[in-house]
Amino acid sequence: MKLLTTSFLTCAVKTCRSSPASFPLHFRDASLEKISIPFNSTFLLNILPRIDWTALQTTAAELGLSAMLPSENPQDALLAAQEAGEGGMDIAEDESKGTGIDEEVLKKLWTLLMETGVVEGKLVCGNCGFEYPVKEGVGNFLLPPHLV
Amino acid sequence: MLPTPDTSHVSFNTIYEPAEDSFLLLDSLSSPSEAEWLHQRFSNHSPLAIEVGTGSGVVIGFLSANAEYIFGKPITSLGIDVNTNACKATRETARKAIKEQNSSSDYLASACGDLCSAIKPQSVDVLVFNPPYVPTEELPALPNIEQNYRDEFEKDSHLLSLSYAGGLDGMETTYRLLQQIPDVLSGIGVAYVLLCAQNKPEQVKTAVGGLPNGPWLVETIGRSGKKAGWEKLQIIRIWREPN
Ligand SMILES: C[S@@+](CC[C@H](N)C(=O)[O-])C[C@H]1O[C@@H](n2cnc3c(N)ncnc32)[C@H](O)[C@@H]1O
Ligand SMILES: [Zn+2]
Repeated sequence: MKLLTTSFLTCAVKTCRSSPASFPLHFRDASLEKISIPFNSTFLLNILPRIDWTALQTTAAELGLSAMLPSENPQDALLAAQEAGEGGMDIAEDESKGTGIDEEVLKKLWTLLMETGVVEGKLVCGNCGFEYPVKEGVGNFLLPPHLV
Repeated sequence: MLPTPDTSHVSFNTIYEPAEDSFLLLDSLSSPSEAEWLHQRFSNHSPLAIEVGTGSGVVIGFLSANAEYIFGKPITSLGIDVNTNACKATRETARKAIKEQNSSSDYLASACGDLCSAIKPQSVDVLVFNPPYVPTEELPALPNIEQNYRDEFEKDSHLLSLSYAGGLDGMETTYRLLQQIPDVLSGIGVAYVLLCAQNKPEQVKTAVGGLPNGPWLVETIGRSGKKAGWEKLQIIRIWREPN
């Protein structure tokens, strides 16, 4: 399960859905693997707008990977630059001109989001405390009958 | 014709084997008209696609591997099934298909779960469901974390029954999924659901129109097995006009 997955998961207990504490789920006892995927900056920049940065920082910290993550979403810096009329260019525009974002930063992010997998461990809800097991890279979100 | 993902590694003892319904989904979602619609819809946004009930993974593998053709750009994708065997099989199907097609799409993970219960609200851009749609007297219970089976046979038959048995009108599981749509779809999100004739498709479409946070639009975008004027299977598309 790639680390980016946690951006799209929450607790399966119905009453937790509306609670801010149920997102993101928290890793516990996680063991990681590194998967190699060719770096693709256009694709990465396409994904960044949908990421909740605060949540991602929490997740990275839990896995001891904070160093991989800039303090703010490079996407925001890019948008701010565009608004200030500095760059004014489209994200996917002309590779040669680049995106105005340090490629080292993007490569680290790529490694964090797309090349880091969680193989074993638990995902824990910050609201109800329920622990979802991750086994062989597959998270199990089925609930015991008393919680359904 | 886009290639169908290789599922030769999948054991069909507990996992649904790709059939007419699976292939109707592949054909409908990759038809020139649907691809054009999807290109427009996601012209400046790389979609997150989630398939519920992936089985072998033939559908989400196909969408991921051929995303550049279908959506005009690579996608990130996730698969959910109640059957952990299906979860693992799907991951492998998607990995192989993406590699084979040289796609830049990324299959993030398979998760074992009940429909979209563990999916973050408003996050899904493309939702696909080929449900257990056969009318049956009873709906099999969902497996749960504490599930224990008497033997392999009991386990296999339970998991297989979950792949087709749909309870009343074959719609019990599908209606639960439809009710989750307003909560999980993003603003530009779109859902594709397969129905069979016994599901009473016209009634289902009316129900979709009445879902909260609409107005919801619904249209049949693929059909197969036309018999005496009505089709055996159809794919409906459910979406909202972005404001
Ligand atoms: C008709 S099969 C479709 C398999 C595959 N998508 C295909 O088209 O070949 C339905 C799938 O839904 C899964 N399923 C049934 N109930 C489910 C639920 N409540 N949540 C998630 N998946 C479910 C079954 O395990 C099965 O894999
Ligand atoms: Zn919870």
